[in-house]
Amino acid sequence: MASVAHSFMKLFRSSGGAGEESGATQAARRLTRRSSGLAELAKVLETDGTLCVLDLGYTSPANIRYFTERGHKIYSEDLLLSSTDPDLLTRDELGNAALDSKRFLTENLAFPSGQFDLVLCWNLPDYLDETLVKPVVGRFWTLLKPGGMLLAFFHTREAGPDAPCYRYHIVGPDTLEMQHIEPRRELRKGPTGVAHTSVGAGFSLQRVFNNRHIENLFRDFSSIRFFLARDNVREVLVVR
Amino acid sequence: METPKTTEFAHIGKSVIIKGELSGSEDLYVDGQVEGTIQLQGNSLIIGDSGHVRANVNAKGVVVQGKLEGDIQATERAELKKSAVAVGDIITQRVSIEEGAYFKGKIEVQRESGRSSTSAASAGSGSQGKPAGN
Repeated sequence: MASVAHSFMKLFRSSGGAGEESGATQAARRLTRRSSGLAELAKVLETDGTLCVLDLGYTSPANIRYFTERGHKIYSEDLLLSSTDPDLLTRDELGNAALDSKRFLTENLAFPSGQFDLVLCWNLPDYLDETLVKPVVGRFWTLLKPGGMLLAFFHTREAGPDAPCYRYHIVGPDTLEMQHIEPRRELRKGPTGVAHTSVGAGFSLQRVFNNRHIENLFRDFSSIRFFLARDNVREVLVVR
Repeated sequence: METPKTTEFAHIGKSVIIKGELSGSEDLYVDGQVEGTIQLQGNSLIIGDSGHVRANVNAKGVVVQGKLEGDIQATERAELKKSAVAVGDIITQRVSIEEGAYFKGKIEVQRESGRSSTSAASAGSGSQGKPAGN
């Protein structure tokens, strides 16, 4: 797994990834937004106890700092990046190309049941491959403690099909910095059917969920709250 | 970060491959491959840009610039530089992760008992950030 991660990182750096940009360029790419969902979570985070947090976005020093400063444990799993692993490519019952969801869950979300108090999904469901969305959400339900919370962001139709994929950095109890994700490795199959990779233009919006879709996706959870933001993003806070 | 002087750190060069338990009472710089365990209680470990370590690490301070597959137990500080690729859990008093580093695993900050509750983690942005509270 680390060898795959290392190959990813080499590709990022050779393509002029985030690590090679100047600080000024990186800073210029960051946008600040207020998050109502995060504000709700902040109330929970100020507990005296140690919470267990699962951050499913790109490795964020800011997020790690935010949670560890408050005495919480944080797990970092970049699921979007992991979903581009060429070894996940397989065929479904009809012979169509698909991703091996069982393998994906085993390699990336193999935690004991009821481990987490909080799961930060960010914009994962919007950009994740179709074959992985439902299995991953099902796994979230298992991984969360009863009463545990999950925060996810969904684009509305008004955001458009080219809505850029961002990383989210927590910079305050209700404030996020958004950073555009750099070019990524894309899974493709060549004319012979052999999987190969290439650098794409970034993660593409895979679908637009409406409220009913979202409610259906999280139907096993006990409650769901929606917060609609001005940037055509619907923040969703669910409780297990 | 420059390669430390050999007089300061014991040095495992790029071409060196070690399998087994590595222990010592001096600081260690790894630019080769190590597989097994690394025990350097009271001392520091630096995994250089070319270093590839598949081992659990126990040291006073750990700096990762290359690749690490294994858990880190650092009594004082763990740092992941922007070129780091680290997979495993980190338990330490202070952690610093530079923008660009890849990390997969758990981070748990355990503060020394009796110290005031100040920030034990710092985040860099291309250069090492100074930990708050220092």
